[in-house]
Amino acid sequence: MRQTPVAKRNNAHFRSPWLDTRRRLLIVVGVLCLSTVALVVRAVDLQLIDKDFYQQQGDARFLREVPIATSRGMITDRLGEPLAVSTPVVSIWANPQELLLHPEKLPKLAEALGTGLELLSQRLAQRADKEFVYLRRHLNPDEADLIMALGVPGVAAQREYRRFYPTGDVMSHVLGFTNIDDRGQEGLELAFDEWLTGKPGAKKVIRDRRGRIVENVDLIRAAEPGRDLTLSIDRRVQYLAYRELKTALLEHSATSGSVVVLEVATGEVLAMVNLPSYNPNARDVELEPGAFRNRAVTDVLEPGSVLKAFTVAAALETGKFLPETIIDTSPGTMPLAGHTIRDIHNYGKISLTRLLTKSSNIGATKLALEMSNEHFHDVLRRFGFGEATGIGFPGESPGVLPGPRSWGILHKATISYGYGLSTTPLQLAQAYAAIGNGGVLVPPTFIHGARNPGRQVIDPQLASTLVDMLETVTGPEGTAKLARVAGFRAAGKTGTSRMASVGGYQKRYISLFAGLIPASNPKFSVVVVVNDPSGKDYYGGLVAAPVFGRMMEGALRVMNVPPDDVPGLLAALPTRVTTALAPPGVDNGLLPAEAESVPDNVGLLP
Amino acid sequence: MSLRVFGFLLLLLAVVGSGVGVVYARHEHRQQFVALTELERERDELNIEFGRLQLEQATWAATSRIEQVARSTLGMKYPEASELQVIQP
Repeated sequence: MRQTPVAKRNNAHFRSPWLDTRRRLLIVVGVLCLSTVALVVRAVDLQLIDKDFYQQQGDARFLREVPIATSRGMITDRLGEPLAVSTPVVSIWANPQELLLHPEKLPKLAEALGTGLELLSQRLAQRADKEFVYLRRHLNPDEADLIMALGVPGVAAQREYRRFYPTGDVMSHVLGFTNIDDRGQEGLELAFDEWLTGKPGAKKVIRDRRGRIVENVDLIRAAEPGRDLTLSIDRRVQYLAYRELKTALLEHSATSGSVVVLEVATGEVLAMVNLPSYNPNARDVELEPGAFRNRAVTDVLEPGSVLKAFTVAAALETGKFLPETIIDTSPGTMPLAGHTIRDIHNYGKISLTRLLTKSSNIGATKLALEMSNEHFHDVLRRFGFGEATGIGFPGESPGVLPGPRSWGILHKATISYGYGLSTTPLQLAQAYAAIGNGGVLVPPTFIHGARNPGRQVIDPQLASTLVDMLETVTGPEGTAKLARVAGFRAAGKTGTSRMASVGGYQKRYISLFAGLIPASNPKFSVVVVVNDPSGKDYYGGLVAAPVFGRMMEGALRVMNVPPDDVPGLLAALPTRVTTALAPPGVDNGLLPAEAESVPDNVGLLP
Repeated sequence: MSLRVFGFLLLLLAVVGSGVGVVYARHEHRQQFVALTELERERDELNIEFGRLQLEQATWAATSRIEQVARSTLGMKYPEASELQVIQP
């Protein structure tokens, strides 16, 4: 290169071998090449080596697996009337990070949600670093639509199910309830949770940046709805039991009570009521303590005289006694092992039947003393005392039946009239049902058509004799005249037991009645328990027996049981002569075939 | 036209044809899926409605309410013994 002297002088300072043109070119090319290589390496790294990782991360932000909500099975009564129904509700949730970017929308949202703006902002601020917060749970779908129509960013709706109980507090103890996530917490909802709960499904969806579903991509699992459950309960009988028990509790200022109705032949529970109760649809109100308890299954009591039926059964089974065998109970008190056993009156010389009619403690004691501990215990055991019924209700109590070796003479005597052992009302109903069922004990069940296998616990002849003996209790001289139902023969036994407490028995009582109706061929076994009646009456025959009578009058009608005591029904009616109500062929409650065979001059009874 | 060229064209056609087929099937799938989703939504709506109606019916038909309506609105009562007639078969 040729240069002018001036340039030469000026540039002389910079001239060096490094800066000639060719070298500069090489450097540029080299740098470019290196950059290219770096880019290629990075591309290979992204596209080939770490491809799976990035793909997965991408999908995770884009493809989502979302659950498909499924409904819980319905619980119905034996006729298919709904007792517990799940209906869809909508829960509104928000992504606070997203929502807080649009504070200008908050007032409108708060208004639509029905929560104060203050509360809403506070809630969002607390969870500002999270991605999920419920704004309102279990809304009516229509209301939820209104909220979603506001189109606030970061707010989304989610379908859930809520349980409703149309029968309210009439059925609450049996059914129990579910929690806010629709899982069973108490009662049959808990016992059959597995059966009732469906399997939520899952699907793959594409979501946009705001979490809205753009497209359903794939179904992973279809949702399986929960199965329905048909209970053995009859809603109408249940209601009658509830109404009559409530009336009795008010009338006698009692604190609590239970009623159990079993179908004798199948062991199915037709009704089970406890008071005090609660409304499962609104559980957040203040409740009396113990209102959640299904007392008929979880609480034990000393059955008192109601147990004498089994004492007599055990005595008859030894063969040493007949229903007519005479026992001397005078003078109405009896010293035994340093204590005195008392009857209310001096009944004198009475038969075993009359022992039940009058409920003599001394008579029962004398029978017990004639039996071995083992035999008496065995009979009680066979009737299911001291053993859980296996009905499958959470928290069922087995009751207490001490072993025969531990019985002293006084203990045996007290057991003979129902103290010193304890049972649940359900166990009592089960044992009475066995008497009414020809001696076959069928374990109780809540499931319609469960067909539990029965077992013969006493001789059928003996069982039928016992029913006849128990029928005298509702007879003219019995303790349970108020248990009568016009047109039906009823058998049963009253009981009045003192409440046990620390340090002995108090002057507080439990009134009981256990009954079988109709006595000619028992269909229902009923136990009524009224705790702590504080009015002037506390005898089982005055407090518990009327509940039985009033309730069964309606129950027998709705269950279509024909009267087995027509003369008794007629006697209750004023004398009246009428002609036939309806011409043949008109529905008069007879089947057509029967209607044909009815003579024209069928007279209505006097 | 030689056999080779013919074969080549045939395969080319087949490829194009199956390509169009795939596109069509995919399109059809989308359409059906949309229809299915719509039907499912409809079914859910109907189920919701059914559940609500069941609840409503159960509420109206509560035994206590029937009794109350029968007594107060319709003036019904259980017949007295004097009003009963018994037909003997």
